[in-house]
Amino acid sequence: MYAPSSVDAPRIHTPDFITESALTIPIYGMLGEDGRPYEGADPSGVAKEIVLAMHDAAVFTRLLDERMVAAQRQGRLSFYLTATGEEAATVGSAAGLEPDDMILPQYREQGALRYRGFTAAQFMDQLFATEDDLGKGRQMPVHYGSRALSYMTVSSPLATQIPQAAGYAYGQKLAGEGRCSICYFGEGAASEGDFHAALNMAAVIRCPVIFFCRNNGYAISTPVSEQYAGDGVAARGVGYGVRSIRVDGNDFLAVYLATQEARRQAVSEGVPVLIEAMTYRLGAHSTSDDPSGYRSRKEEEAWQRFDPIARIRAFMEAQGWWDAERDEALRQGYRDEILAAMKTAEAKPAPSLARLIEDVYAAPPWNLTEQYEALREQVRANPDAYPKTAGRIE
Amino acid sequence: MARMNLLQALNSALDTAMAADERVICFGEDVGQFGGVFRATSHLRDRYGNERCFNTPLVEQGIIGFANGLAAAGFRAVAEIQFADYIFPAFDQIVNETAKFRYRSGNEFNVGGLTIRSPYGGGISGGHYHSQSPEAYFCHTPGLKVVVPSTPENAKGLLLASIRDPDPVLFFEPKRLYRAAVGDVPEEDYTAELGRAEVLREGGDVTVLAWGAQVEVVTRAAEMAAEKGIDCEVIDLRTLLPWDVETVTRSVLKTGRLVINHEAPRTAGFGAELSATVQERCFLYLESPICRVTGLDTPFPLAHEREYMPDHLKTLAAIEQTVNF
Repeated sequence: MYAPSSVDAPRIHTPDFITESALTIPIYGMLGEDGRPYEGADPSGVAKEIVLAMHDAAVFTRLLDERMVAAQRQGRLSFYLTATGEEAATVGSAAGLEPDDMILPQYREQGALRYRGFTAAQFMDQLFATEDDLGKGRQMPVHYGSRALSYMTVSSPLATQIPQAAGYAYGQKLAGEGRCSICYFGEGAASEGDFHAALNMAAVIRCPVIFFCRNNGYAISTPVSEQYAGDGVAARGVGYGVRSIRVDGNDFLAVYLATQEARRQAVSEGVPVLIEAMTYRLGAHSTSDDPSGYRSRKEEEAWQRFDPIARIRAFMEAQGWWDAERDEALRQGYRDEILAAMKTAEAKPAPSLARLIEDVYAAPPWNLTEQYEALREQVRANPDAYPKTAGRIE
Repeated sequence: MARMNLLQALNSALDTAMAADERVICFGEDVGQFGGVFRATSHLRDRYGNERCFNTPLVEQGIIGFANGLAAAGFRAVAEIQFADYIFPAFDQIVNETAKFRYRSGNEFNVGGLTIRSPYGGGISGGHYHSQSPEAYFCHTPGLKVVVPSTPENAKGLLLASIRDPDPVLFFEPKRLYRAAVGDVPEEDYTAELGRAEVLREGGDVTVLAWGAQVEVVTRAAEMAAEKGIDCEVIDLRTLLPWDVETVTRSVLKTGRLVINHEAPRTAGFGAELSATVQERCFLYLESPICRVTGLDTPFPLAHEREYMPDHLKTLAAIEQTVNF
């Protein structure tokens, strides 16, 4: 039978439209801005070691971002993209998953990758496109990926990963191993056709996927007021038949608990779930962007008060799990590790010339082999023009 | 052996692939119970269940996005785009995602299990949007394979090979031949090698190259030429990317002449690539300019379809012109 709702729906006899504000979605939060649990919010479901691990990954990510922006300013790196202010959204959600659930990132989820165990050296190998980069030096900085950590390699086109997550999750369901996928994207990417395609398909085909929107207020310079007119992204989920929740994206505990519950429902019922995490991009879109052209310092300062790391730290201290001394030790240790890893990566050679034609196909066809042979001769004949590869042709 | 038309051969290939490997999953618009608007997926849902053969919502970019994800998860995703004319909403997923998945991840991930099936081509009074031959767009994209069968027998073998190939394949089906082409097809499981052209008719005067539904057209032209004493070597390219340069150039080195036929518009059509490469490799052996017989550089017409098509008469004229240059 088609469209049962149209058959059984009650009839009205005046043309009353449902208003665009009929559905107003609340925000799920556990910790207030001072890091104290709200009245009625019970944080006891989050184990101490989870809180410490989330904080640890978030601090690493914050320090990595600071260091790499500085490196870009110094001309040591072509490009970088920080996640500052969004660490609770990415780390908290990764913590709410099982380690072998698949993550399909957009490009600002280094916190989730760090939570999975990506090392400082691995970050640097990708950022500096060294011969040890898992991606073989083929993509711009921050396009991380790791099969071992179930973290799908980043691709620049926005929203393409969202229908892919539905398909990946469908495969996980067929495999029957109780796994799910999580897919990250921003509120800007949620305007792309792929977002709408994905939510509809995942709901109809019943895919165990968590759609995780980082609503950070801006798509480069475009504020949400110029991105959408409805009640954010969560309201769209309802229209597609996807259960949806809006969470305080700067609250580690709320993000963790919401993701854990989303995962439980996705896997046990084989359905998609949408989480809209309300957060704020404290930094620029990327090192190629300057936010002073489109937003006020006052606005940025207002959001500093909601810094997720300060909030979880206050919570940890109130629990007696943390203090200033441990905090400084953690930070100094990571600063040193990151700097050392950067120096090591900077000294490493680029991938050899042969990597250029590998992986286009499982095996290079005749045209690639021919083109490679010609290029190799060109590099051999003009070593000064191609210093990265000339010294080590295979 | 069984007598099958091209659709039945494709259906047999899908059935064979699904029976042999439970990771083969077929989906697309109307693909489930209905068996596809052309019936290429008939009975597959009944045999293998709705989990492995199902309808999708009407959203090509979603179908291919979903297919990329499913293939990345290790499945052999066989996605149908109902008409090649409607593949363009999925262009981003195919060009930026499918084609680059293995490369951009350093082989951490791949979508080699993906096959995109889509009917293409004219001759069915389909006008602009049920007639196009978009192969050249995809042949310009490293990372894809592009395959076009021409007979029921090679359709089954090539589709089975495409599904099992370690790289993503666009499989364009000549819909004009779906029911028109009938032939003997082995009922068992077999594959036809990708990247291999087939010499259908040996000859010494001129090489005539085509793929898909145009193979029948150029074969007819070659027969007419034979009556005029011209000995054509007819080659069915079968795989466009990567194409069989060895078989084609060996033939042209022998004949010294080449006529290329395709339905798509001439400018920047795949014939241009073939022509350029053959010229580079066979320059001193060419007795006449390489000649292209193609569709016009117009959108695909309706009332003037017969005039537009690179038919046997245009091909015959080109063969004669080339031989008498």
